[in-house]
Amino acid sequence: MTSLPKTTQKKLGLVTDLDICVGCHACAVSCKEWNASGHSAPLTDTDAYGKDPSGVWFNRVHVYETDDGANTRTVNFPRSCLHCEQPACVTVCPTGASYKREEDGIVLVDAEKCIGCKLCSWACPYGAREFDEDDGVMKKCTLCIDRIYNENLEESERQPACVIACPARARHFGDLGDPESDISQLVERRGGYALMPESGYQPVNRYLPPRPRKELAGDTGAGDHLEAAENTTSGNAFFDWLDKALSR
Amino acid sequence: MDPAYSVILFTSSSGAGYGLMIWLAIARLTGAWELSPLTAFIACLVALALITTGLLSSTFHLGHPERAWRAMSQWRTSWLSREGVFAILAYPAALVFTAGWIWNVIPANVMQAAAAATAVLALITVISTGMIYASLTTIPRWHNHWVVPVYVALALASGGLLFTLALGFSGAASQQTLIMMLGVLLVSWMIKWSYWRFIDRQETESTTGTATGLGHLGKVSQLEAPHTSENYLLKEMGFAIARKHAGRLRRMALNLGLLLPGILLILAGVSGGMAQLALLTIALVLGLAGIVVERWLFFAEARHAVTLFYGRSL
Repeated sequence: MTSLPKTTQKKLGLVTDLDICVGCHACAVSCKEWNASGHSAPLTDTDAYGKDPSGVWFNRVHVYETDDGANTRTVNFPRSCLHCEQPACVTVCPTGASYKREEDGIVLVDAEKCIGCKLCSWACPYGAREFDEDDGVMKKCTLCIDRIYNENLEESERQPACVIACPARARHFGDLGDPESDISQLVERRGGYALMPESGYQPVNRYLPPRPRKELAGDTGAGDHLEAAENTTSGNAFFDWLDKALSR
Repeated sequence: MDPAYSVILFTSSSGAGYGLMIWLAIARLTGAWELSPLTAFIACLVALALITTGLLSSTFHLGHPERAWRAMSQWRTSWLSREGVFAILAYPAALVFTAGWIWNVIPANVMQAAAAATAVLALITVISTGMIYASLTTIPRWHNHWVVPVYVALALASGGLLFTLALGFSGAASQQTLIMMLGVLLVSWMIKWSYWRFIDRQETESTTGTATGLGHLGKVSQLEAPHTSENYLLKEMGFAIARKHAGRLRRMALNLGLLLPGILLILAGVSGGMAQLALLTIALVLGLAGIVVERWLFFAEARHAVTLFYGRSL
């Protein structure tokens, strides 16, 4: 049913730390690896080893440059489904294939009902949905629904594949609806933000902004500036002579 | 947005079919035109054929056409679903209305009711088609108040050209009627012109900086794309047409859709017999071609918010 639940018991989602993401694509690759045989399997690739490879991915890592000149910085930016509280991708679905779960807020596609009209992908400003040409249905991040509740896995492994894979620990998973949860506290501390709040879709996922840059020597805890080394005499006659000879 | 031929064919074909149905229903309800029942019956069949071709064509772009029936179920929230429901509801009314022109078993009051129901359901279906696009906040060039009027106006314009030809076959394409149709064409394309003016002046504050939330760090540009070749998102949502090409195509749409059919309608007004029918046929063909160009542009000029993440602008 594409009518949305009024509230969800939990708001499971991801938090991505843009300050420490190194842009290694491990999250994207690990996601592809797990989900290629998971809930929405397969994630079809076409022309995978040819000139124009294409395929379904739930996670895409952009790299942005901000500002120019001396203040330029590079920000790595993983982009995936934000499991919005008001997801228009669900309400535009004509068949009821797209739905938002009442128990945990995860947005899923029922591949048995999807007719592949692609309207949901048009409705999503975040590019979270990718069409599987081979299967003829729409696919999207499942928040690794087949990991996080999977009792065959060690409890420590019951997290989305992207979170476990991240070597920089830039990705976090938890209940963003509970203000006391670790992940909510992290968002609170770091001033986490939602993407495109003007969309009105109320994303659950949060991004942690890059920390302010340390531009001056004083910002690192060192002295504000270093005294120029003027007196270069060392007291050793040979080195003094060498210094003079080389400085000439 | 990618201008998929199935969707262009669907919206222009079914739009013309519903437009023709509306004109025929108005003719039946008002009795304003001396339309021969046989011509009206054939015109209704043409309208049904156009509508059905359009609906079938819209299923061609589905990943699973055999599941298309499921699309009727979510009318509470989805305009696409509503469009399907109204399109199906219009069929029984339209079939009774079609048969009633030549089949005397259908009583006059039932025929009047069927005509009214056909006109209303056809109109609502066209409005629903427009709302599918107008409801998408992700595409500013679609999410505005001009889109639905454009869909309705151009359905009435293309249906009107078909209706005028039917009147020609009945020998009822009077000068007054032709002047009225000229007015319909003019108003329809003025609405489209207003849409173009609107999107040209539309301002958006959305940039890659606002989309990523990194704007406070300075101007944000894409340094590296996430993938080396085009993915589904860029193929489907990243299609963009150069401004100068769009300008040329807009003029082409206006010439084909308004100017040439307009001149031909005037010429038809001062001629008769076979010459008039030939002129009206050419006007129809050109008018439909103008709408196909317009519909292609409607997609090609639309830009999607997701492209902001790829460093583009809306």
